[in-house]
Amino acid sequence: MQRSVGSSQVARAWGLGACVCALALVACLRTAQPVHFFAEGRPAKLSDWQVVYRDGGNLALNESVVPYDLNTPLFSDYAHKLRTIWMPRGTSAKYDADGSFDFPVGTIISKTFYYPLAKGAAARDSNAVGRTYDQSADFSDKAQGERGLKLANVRLIETRILVRRAGGWEALPYVWNSAQTEAVLARTGDAKPLVLVSDQGSKEPFTYVVPNENQCAGCHVADLKTKQIAPIGTKARHLNREYAYASGNENQLLHWTKLGYLTGAADPASAPKNADWRDAAQPLDARARAYLDVNCGHCHNAKGPANTTALDLTIFAAADRYLGVCKPPVAAGRGTGDHFFDIVPGTPQDSILPYRMRSNEPGVMMPEQGRTTTHVEGVALIEQWIFALRGTCDTT
Amino acid sequence: MGKVAIAILCALAAGCGGGGAVPQALSADDAAFQQKLQEQFLDAKPGSVIEIPVGRHALDRVLTLRANGVTIRGLGSDKSILSFKNEISGPEGMLVYASDFTIEHLAIEDSKGDGLKVNDGENITIRDVRVEWTGGPKTTNGAYGIYPVKSKNVLIEDSASIGASDAGIYVGQSQNVIVRRNRAEKNVAGIEIENTINADVYENTATGNTGGILVFNMPNLPQPGQATRVFNNKSVDNNLANFAAKGAAVASVPAGSGVVVNSNPRVEIFDNDIAGNHTANLIIASYFSTNYYNTRGVDPKYDPYPRAIFVYGNRFKGGGDSPDGLELKTLKTAMFGINGHFPDVLWDGYVDSKSLVNGLPPAAERICVQNGDAEVLNADGPNKYKNPKVDKTSFQCELPKLAAVELPHS
Repeated sequence: MQRSVGSSQVARAWGLGACVCALALVACLRTAQPVHFFAEGRPAKLSDWQVVYRDGGNLALNESVVPYDLNTPLFSDYAHKLRTIWMPRGTSAKYDADGSFDFPVGTIISKTFYYPLAKGAAARDSNAVGRTYDQSADFSDKAQGERGLKLANVRLIETRILVRRAGGWEALPYVWNSAQTEAVLARTGDAKPLVLVSDQGSKEPFTYVVPNENQCAGCHVADLKTKQIAPIGTKARHLNREYAYASGNENQLLHWTKLGYLTGAADPASAPKNADWRDAAQPLDARARAYLDVNCGHCHNAKGPANTTALDLTIFAAADRYLGVCKPPVAAGRGTGDHFFDIVPGTPQDSILPYRMRSNEPGVMMPEQGRTTTHVEGVALIEQWIFALRGTCDTT
Repeated sequence: MGKVAIAILCALAAGCGGGGAVPQALSADDAAFQQKLQEQFLDAKPGSVIEIPVGRHALDRVLTLRANGVTIRGLGSDKSILSFKNEISGPEGMLVYASDFTIEHLAIEDSKGDGLKVNDGENITIRDVRVEWTGGPKTTNGAYGIYPVKSKNVLIEDSASIGASDAGIYVGQSQNVIVRRNRAEKNVAGIEIENTINADVYENTATGNTGGILVFNMPNLPQPGQATRVFNNKSVDNNLANFAAKGAAVASVPAGSGVVVNSNPRVEIFDNDIAGNHTANLIIASYFSTNYYNTRGVDPKYDPYPRAIFVYGNRFKGGGDSPDGLELKTLKTAMFGINGHFPDVLWDGYVDSKSLVNGLPPAAERICVQNGDAEVLNADGPNKYKNPKVDKTSFQCELPKLAAVELPHS
């Protein structure tokens, strides 16, 4: 299969008349290859998969590789994320209203963690990266495929591959080199010193931690009994939203269905839909619960690794003691921060939950992995939510 | 028991919040060692033996194991040492989600969180493993030293835990457990059996902790524990000031507790040497004495009472002479004078009034103390210590003895 995605910048430089010529030249220079599903083994380079790859000034998406977003994402040290999915031709995932979709063997999910470049004087520090929610400058210009990332504006850190093989899902972490030309397999993870620079110029040094393969499972094991790992984001409630595709805006569930990637999907209007945690127009409770669901619910559910704690932070949990309301901790140890209950309605300052979210000290912090900085805005949301809860925890 | 004053709380506040710390990087040798060891953990298969060579090896990331049938073996708990002092990603030292697991002859030091956590495993052997926080007891130490949870058939022997800010050896929500010949020092709780069914705890030495050996049931968990035998242990001089963070399960344990049973049924305590514990050598209490009880946060189906507790043949000595906390101090002085002491057994006095038959719990649910001269102080907790009384005769009863725990792999 010939891939005809060239660098649009190159194409522009040649002018419209030279466009065809330029594309032909690019095609000659770079051997076009389809996505490669490895049924076993661990390819040493990210480019071996041909899912996302360096192409001129862009991180490009191969043909049929579809980007997606979540209503409310997991916080990962303010990293931006480019998520993609690809399935072998003629296969599709089966829709599920609550859990992750049932994906065919051969499915490849990629998640690239990157930062916008730091602005201003701070950018001189080679470890500086931008801390912003603004993604408008991240993407490459429209080409024929879906838009990838514009490398002039971003710094790539790592790309994680989740691949569905005959024996189940496997997770492989790849770390980008400093030249940003290739990402190489880092089974044992990695640690990178970075400095977060806010839009206002304040700096926060931190260590970005790339998980090792077993740590991947720390979040992705959905059922402690089967020990099988599974994707977290590919659930109806996370995906039920619009995405700005090259072809225009469309609901992701509809788009996947049209492409043949999804069968049996409910109509978006009736399918579950988590709130966007940043959208102040949505109800506070829905935003907080969406945040807890995706940041905590993968461990804190009846079957997950944190089922030792009797705390269920999924979107399905009733708003009672099992969501943490007035619940004494089970094994928090020093993670209590001297507080008696997980959530004390009306008093976030007396609640364990926001205390552990604010901490970035291993042994206290929650989640236990996936971040080393504090998600200030996330903590604020949960505090606001607890403040609005009614009632007391009467200990007499 | 009243609320325990904790003097070390300020230390905690210093350790949290603020910007992301950038810890010290590992030396090239340690980094290479860690990389190789991590790969061994990733590649482990049933039958794999991962050997830890002699030396103090610095690591900065948790070792996670997910394969069944693996043995991790060092050359001695004073020789093969994994140090997590500069840990950036954990929080445990070692985290095991696997069955048929053996770990022996090594040490885990200074992890930010738990030292060794085994979650949801079957047939677990932990032998001659030392978990220690080398800076001594601190609130900022990791919570649990050796921590099997939701596991079945667990053997912990000849091991040690020192300095845990919650419990040193902590068996949670498990079934069929033997904890023997271990040493627990300078932890808040030395050895704690929690929500566990069928546990034998024997020939251990717990000394210098806040509380020596604890048998607890926590609310809201799917498995209520029962049937624990505590025998032939030494629980001596556990008088360390409680340094747990408030709200932690063991923060309500008064310093100077030898053996503590809280809300857990069918516990047999016999043939132990329990001495020199300043609050009381043996404490039997309900969940109401922990300060955590509230109707909204605690499952109404939870049973907060200690039932069917059988105490006999223990060698009690000293203790009870300087209880922790203002309420207990006042109570002791009022009843026994400034130089007096509590009796060996301190009971908070909470009974399930709904179960009483002629004013007494049913025969099968009583607290029975047949231990020579040992007396029981009913502290009258339900009435805020108003009418405490020392008694012996009300506790003269017997309970059927519990069966020994047998493990398929020990």
